Amino acid sequence: MYLYDEIDQQIVDERVAQFRDQTRRFLAGRISEDDFRPLRLQNGLYIQRYAPMLRVAVPYGIFSSAQLRMLAHIARKYDRGYGHFSTRQNIQYNWPRLEEVPDILADLASVQMHAIQTSGNCIRNITTDHFAGVARDEIVDSFVWCEILRQWSAFHPEFAYLPRKFKIALNGAEADRAATFLHDIGLHAVQGGAGEVGFRVIVGGGMGRTPIIGHVIREFLPWQHLLTYVEAILRVYNRFGRRDNKYKARIKILVKERGPDNFREEVEAEWKQLRDGPSTLTRAEVRRVESRFVRPSYEPLEDLHLAPSGPFGAWMKRNVHSHKQPGYAAVTLSLKKTGVPPGDVTDAQMVAIAGLADHYSFGELRVTHEQNLVFADVRQDRLEDLWQELKSLGLATPNIGLLTNIIACPGGDFCSLANAKSIPVAEAIQRLFDDLDYLHDIGELDLNISGCINSCGHHHVGHIGVLGVDKQGAEFYQITIGGNQGNPAAVGKVIGPAFAQHEVPWVVERLIEVYLHNRESEDERFVDCVHRIGIEPFKENVYGHADSPRQDREPAVA
Amino acid sequence: MATLIRRGRIENPPSPEAGQVLRLEPGDDPAAVADRLGAAARVEVHFPSFTDGRGYSIARLLRERHGYRGEVRAVGDVQRDQLFYLARCGFDAFLLRDGQDAGESLAALNDFSEAYQASVERPQPLFRRR
Repeated sequence: MYLYDEIDQQIVDERVAQFRDQTRRFLAGRISEDDFRPLRLQNGLYIQRYAPMLRVAVPYGIFSSAQLRMLAHIARKYDRGYGHFSTRQNIQYNWPRLEEVPDILADLASVQMHAIQTSGNCIRNITTDHFAGVARDEIVDSFVWCEILRQWSAFHPEFAYLPRKFKIALNGAEADRAATFLHDIGLHAVQGGAGEVGFRVIVGGGMGRTPIIGHVIREFLPWQHLLTYVEAILRVYNRFGRRDNKYKARIKILVKERGPDNFREEVEAEWKQLRDGPSTLTRAEVRRVESRFVRPSYEPLEDLHLAPSGPFGAWMKRNVHSHKQPGYAAVTLSLKKTGVPPGDVTDAQMVAIAGLADHYSFGELRVTHEQNLVFADVRQDRLEDLWQELKSLGLATPNIGLLTNIIACPGGDFCSLANAKSIPVAEAIQRLFDDLDYLHDIGELDLNISGCINSCGHHHVGHIGVLGVDKQGAEFYQITIGGNQGNPAAVGKVIGPAFAQHEVPWVVERLIEVYLHNRESEDERFVDCVHRIGIEPFKENVYGHADSPRQDREPAVA
Repeated sequence: MATLIRRGRIENPPSPEAGQVLRLEPGDDPAAVADRLGAAARVEVHFPSFTDGRGYSIARLLRERHGYRGEVRAVGDVQRDQLFYLARCGFDAFLLRDGQDAGESLAALNDFSEAYQASVERPQPLFRRR
């Protein structure tokens, strides 16, 4: 990960002092609730259903064991002994006290962490592929470019009061593991004809109320121009994005209303003025940032050809991933054990995980947008030892990529925006599909749950998506199928009227029946099958024919 | 009487002044008044609400694109906690909303001692000075 220099540290320390003063004035009644709101949000602080919620940034998802120990300390000292990893590669605390937030920020700053711009109508935490730096299909190490963008976006004076929040994702490998088509700006590294590095620039994607797949507005942007080009996009958005209706304020609506071609022309015209200006990146700066990243010092090893069977084999198959360095592997720690809210980790688990990271993976770890953790650099000959240790911590559920690796937002149990609960729905589905053999037979399937249309649980891109809706004050769930987060990205289609909470697992089971009956082979995934045969057969098996509707809509589990 | 902070000093009440004033609303395009900038003693950029950030882009365009050297004054919902960003975007005068502490507001211009990006105040980004 990137190590701060004195200036980086000083800026974060000054932010703590600034927010301490703002909080003091708010508590003394000298700043109104309305005037304080944007200030606290730009420090990740929400006022929630029961207490404030603090969102701490894990910039582009990488952090150290020392930082994780601090996160554990914060969970213990200021919260109720746990934290929640979110789909934005951040960690959230649900029970801090407003008075203590400046102290939490000071503790975070002591380990080079912060909560800067984790909320509010500004440029948010930049996300990337959680296999950056170790993937075999890597074009560039995306962490370096994410850090350059982090510094550029942190306290950007012109873009702190945008029409709405702004999310940037950057992907450095061939495969898109950062959902670049579903962000306000997506940047996908590409190589030009002479091997030079650049970025494909995608604008106007997003989930939420109006899910839209982004538009490519530039096929190749040479790396030197990354900041000036992104600045041109932001300026056009800041000036012309809608501010009259918060539901139409995201850049995707501006791109849609202008048309992608007109929008591109406006950006290019603005960029013409900024191009080659002082913000043009230099080789020296890229090298400087690179040199401040701590790299694992790999040992010269050969790849082992492990083919274990049994539970260790199942875990190897699902939770262990190939690595560009011979003899090493990346490992996903599943935070999706049945009965535990997706993404939740206790302080004791955090401390134990930090110890394992030191022992097995150079003291570094990553958080994924699927709300799991990754040890990126594990020696293959130590995988079995690691598996044993993870098992005893409840972090070795072999379900990565499978139906029970559910993405879910905190939902109505915590969030004041939610229409419906997410966590109990996730748990009920996990309980129904608790047979591992059956789960592996179903194969790759992303099931995502959002408690409301803000889509924090990414339901639009779930192969099966579950969305909490409000029907005359009661919690209901709308089901979509066919969404996909990348390669290619797709937005799921609604199958029909919404269901009561207890019916949702039953519906999932009916959808799976159709898939298992229709798939061409075990290699055809659920989502591919939906795209091939369409949603009609699925609808029919759930709702019955129009002339003979199903009568057995009973919960499969009590 | 409202407090004015101008060129790093508190004026309460603001000292009298002469000369032409141009006033821009958030939706206005600085390019549309470019030919009148030469004659203007100051440009006022209006913030109907501090959360409307269009004025920040307007100020940068006035300074960086149109080379305007006169006073650029933030008026409207102008509060202490936005002054640092406003100054970096090229504002050099701030007509504070009622109830803002003038001394604290002046101090807010120094909330941070360094910044990463290029700005009107420091045209070279940090990475070219590091």
